[in-house]
Amino acid sequence: MTILETAAPARPGGGLNRLLDRHASALPTAAAVVILAVLLGGAQLYFGNFLTPRNLSALLLDHAYLVILAVGMTLVILTGGIDLSVGSVLAFTGILGARMLAAGSSPVVVVLVMVLSGAAIGLMIGVLVQYFDVQPFIASLAGLFLARGLAYVVSLQSIKVKEPSILWLQSTRIQVGDWYVTPTGILALVVLAIGAFTLAWTRFGRTVYAIGGDEQSARLMGLDVARTRVLVYVVSGVCSGLGGLVLTAYSGAGYPRNGIGTELDVIAAVVIGGTLLSGGVGYVLGSLVGVLVYGTIKTIISFKGAEQAWTEITIGLLLLVFIVVQQVIVVRSARRR
Amino acid sequence: MGENGAGKSTLVKAITGALPLAAGVMTLDGTPRTFRSPVQAQRAGISSVYQEIDLLPNLSVAENICLGREPRRYGLVDWKGMRERARSALDSLGVDLDVTSQLGIHSLAVQQLVAIARAVSTDVRVLVLDEPTSSLDADECAELFRVVRRLRDRGAAILFVSHFLDQVYELCDRVTVLRDGRLVGEYLTRELLRIDLVAAMLGDRHIPRRLATGLRVAGPNEPPYLSARGLTATGIRGADVDLLPGEVLGVAGLLGSGRSELARAVTGVDRIQDGVLRVEGSESSFSGPREAIRLGVVYSSENRRTEGIISELSVADNITLALQAERGVLRRLPETRRRELAASWVEALDIRPADLDRPAGTLSGGNQQKVLLARMLALAPRVLVLDEPTRGIVVGATLEVQNLVRELADNGVAVMFISVELDEVLRVGNRVVVLHSGRVVETLPAEDLTVDSLTALVTGADGDDG
Repeated sequence: MTILETAAPARPGGGLNRLLDRHASALPTAAAVVILAVLLGGAQLYFGNFLTPRNLSALLLDHAYLVILAVGMTLVILTGGIDLSVGSVLAFTGILGARMLAAGSSPVVVVLVMVLSGAAIGLMIGVLVQYFDVQPFIASLAGLFLARGLAYVVSLQSIKVKEPSILWLQSTRIQVGDWYVTPTGILALVVLAIGAFTLAWTRFGRTVYAIGGDEQSARLMGLDVARTRVLVYVVSGVCSGLGGLVLTAYSGAGYPRNGIGTELDVIAAVVIGGTLLSGGVGYVLGSLVGVLVYGTIKTIISFKGAEQAWTEITIGLLLLVFIVVQQVIVVRSARRR
Repeated sequence: MGENGAGKSTLVKAITGALPLAAGVMTLDGTPRTFRSPVQAQRAGISSVYQEIDLLPNLSVAENICLGREPRRYGLVDWKGMRERARSALDSLGVDLDVTSQLGIHSLAVQQLVAIARAVSTDVRVLVLDEPTSSLDADECAELFRVVRRLRDRGAAILFVSHFLDQVYELCDRVTVLRDGRLVGEYLTRELLRIDLVAAMLGDRHIPRRLATGLRVAGPNEPPYLSARGLTATGIRGADVDLLPGEVLGVAGLLGSGRSELARAVTGVDRIQDGVLRVEGSESSFSGPREAIRLGVVYSSENRRTEGIISELSVADNITLALQAERGVLRRLPETRRRELAASWVEALDIRPADLDRPAGTLSGGNQQKVLLARMLALAPRVLVLDEPTRGIVVGATLEVQNLVRELADNGVAVMFISVELDEVLRVGNRVVVLHSGRVVETLPAEDLTVDSLTALVTGADGDDG
C-alpha cells in the first residue's frame, strides 16, 4: 500500500528497530535496570561482600517509605504534574499519628486518620490544579507549606511511639534463609503491585497516561480527565500517609522535621526510573528501580565510609544524565514524525 | 466550503458539541438534540476528525482507536479484545498497521487514518472531517478518499470540510458554501461550475486571474545571492541550489523527499554536514538562524502553529518580534515606531481583522500566515525561504499570498517557495527544483514544465527507485 510505504520508509536492521519502535517508551526504564545492575555488580566486585541477602533485604526495607511515595509520585508525573508536598505530608501524618497514639487512640483509628489526612491534602492540591487551574508546582508547594506547618502545630518535638501493633510493622521479620522482609516492606510491595496493576489494567490508569499524552485529546476521547487528575493527587496523598506510617514504624517515633527534601529524592527516583517529567511515559516498576538505584548509591557510599554528601552529588549527576537521555528520546521520536 | 473566517470550523464545532448553540435547533433522525460535549455527540453517532489530529502519540494504535469505550472484562481493560477491535476497525478501512506500535512513530497521514478508524469503530452515522487533507500529499489523499468512499457506501453521512476545490469535486455529492458566518447556498456538485463555486465563496470580491505571465520573467543574469553546492544535512544529500535575486525558486517533491530539510539547511536551522554554502560569492556556513538572518536569509516554517505564530502575543508583537530580536534587547524599538511599523504591514498585507492588539492565535490560518510573512518582511530580507506558506488557507488567501510572493521577487528578493501543490509551484516559481529521496533530481525553468510532467518527475516515475 503506497501510503504506508511513503509514510514509513524501510529502515535497515528491521528487527531491532521494530523492537525499539514498539517499546521506545520503556527504554529509559531499561536503562535504569542496567544502571542498577552495574551499580550492584560493581559494588560486589569492589567490596566483595556487597551482594548478600542481608544487604539486599535492607536495601528494600530501608527505603520502603520511598517506594510508597514513588508510586504516588509516578502517577502524578505521568499526568504531567508534580507533587512537592509528599515530604511534608509524610512528616505531618507521622507526627499526627505518634501524638494520637501517645494520647491513647486505637491504632486502627490512627492509621485511618493518617491515610485520610494525606488524602485530604492531596484532594486540596488536585482541586486547585484541576478546577482553579493552578500550576501543579504552585498548588503542591502550598500543600508542602501547609502540611509542614500543621506538623509543627501538632508537636515541635519528636514523639516516641510505644504502641506495639505499630512497632510490630517494623520489628517482625519474616525470614527465608538469610533473606527477610518486614510488614512495612510487604506494604510497600503491595502498594507497588496495586499501582502497577491499576496503571496497566484499568481505565483510570490508561486515562492517567492519556492526560500526560495530550489532555485535550483525552477529553475528546470521552475520558474523565477532571476526576482522574484530582484522583492522582489524592492517591499521592494517600501514599504519603502510608509513607508516614511506615517511616513512623521504621524510626519508632514521629518527628515534625522528617522528610525535608524527601519530595526531591522521590522525584529523582521516579525520573531515574524512566518516567518522563513531561508526562505520558513511564512505569511504577521503573520507580522501584529508581528508588533502589538511589538506595544502592547511598549504601555504597556508607560502605566506603565517605561523606554522605557524595550521595547527593552522584544522584545529581545521574539525574542529569537521565534527563539528557530522555530528552534525546523525546527529540528523536518527535523528529520521526 | 468557504473562505477563511467564513465559519466552517465554528459550524463543525457547533455540530459536534464542542461549542454551545446560541440559538437554533439541530435534529437527528427527526428529533431535536443538543449536545453539551463532543462525547455526547459521539454517543449519538456523530464522530469527528479534526485538522490537528486529536490522538495520543504516547499510547499504542489500539488504545488510540478504542480508549474511552474500550472492551472490558471484570471491570478491567481487556487488552486482547482491544487489539482485536482495533485491528478489525483498521481492516474495515483496508489499512494494514501494527496495532501494538506506538502511535507517535507513524506519519501524520497514518495518524489521520487511525483517527478515522477511531471515529468509525463505533456505529458512526455522521462523520465530520475538518480539513483532513491539509497535511497529506496526493497518494495519501487518494488513500483517504478510498476510505471515505467505503464509509459512504456503508451508509454513513460524511461532512467533508476542505478548501481544495479539486478534492471537493472528486469526493462530494453536495456542496454547502459559507461566507462571513452565513449560508450562501447549497449546490449539487455535478451541477456547479468551479468558477461559480469560487464566486460564491468570495462574494463580491473577484478572483484575480492567474498570475500574469508577464511577471514570470526569467531570472536576470545576476550572480546568485545564495548558492549551495553538494549540500548535505539531515534528510538531504549533495544538493546544488542557487537562489537569484528577483526570482522565485519552486521546490517540488513528495512527503519525505527533503523539501523542508532543504529549506532548513540553507537557512541555518539544521546543521550542514557537508558541502559549501556561499552568500554573495563568499563562503559561509551559518552557525544558526541568527547568523543567517544577519546575512538576510529568512526562513518561514511549515508549522505555522508550533514554530511560527506565538498565539498569546498580539498581532503587533508577532510582527515586530524578529526585528526586535535582531536589534537585541538593548536597542528597543520605540513603542510608537513599533505600532506604526506593524500597522503598515497589517495594511500592506491586508491582515484581517486589522486589530494590532488582538492575540495572533485568534486569527484565521490565512491571516496568521500573513502575520508571519510580515514578520519576515520587516527584516528586509534578501532571501526568503517559504515552507508551505499556503497550507491550510483558503483559495482567496492563497492567491493573495502567491501574488505577494511574486511581488517580493519582482522587488529583488530571492525566494524559495515550497509547496505540495505542484500547480502552485509552477505558477509562482521561475525555476523548479525537483527533490526525490533527499536528492535534487533536476532544476528546470517553470515554463518547460506542466503539472503532469512535474508529477512524473516528483514521483520519480521514470527514475530508478520510484
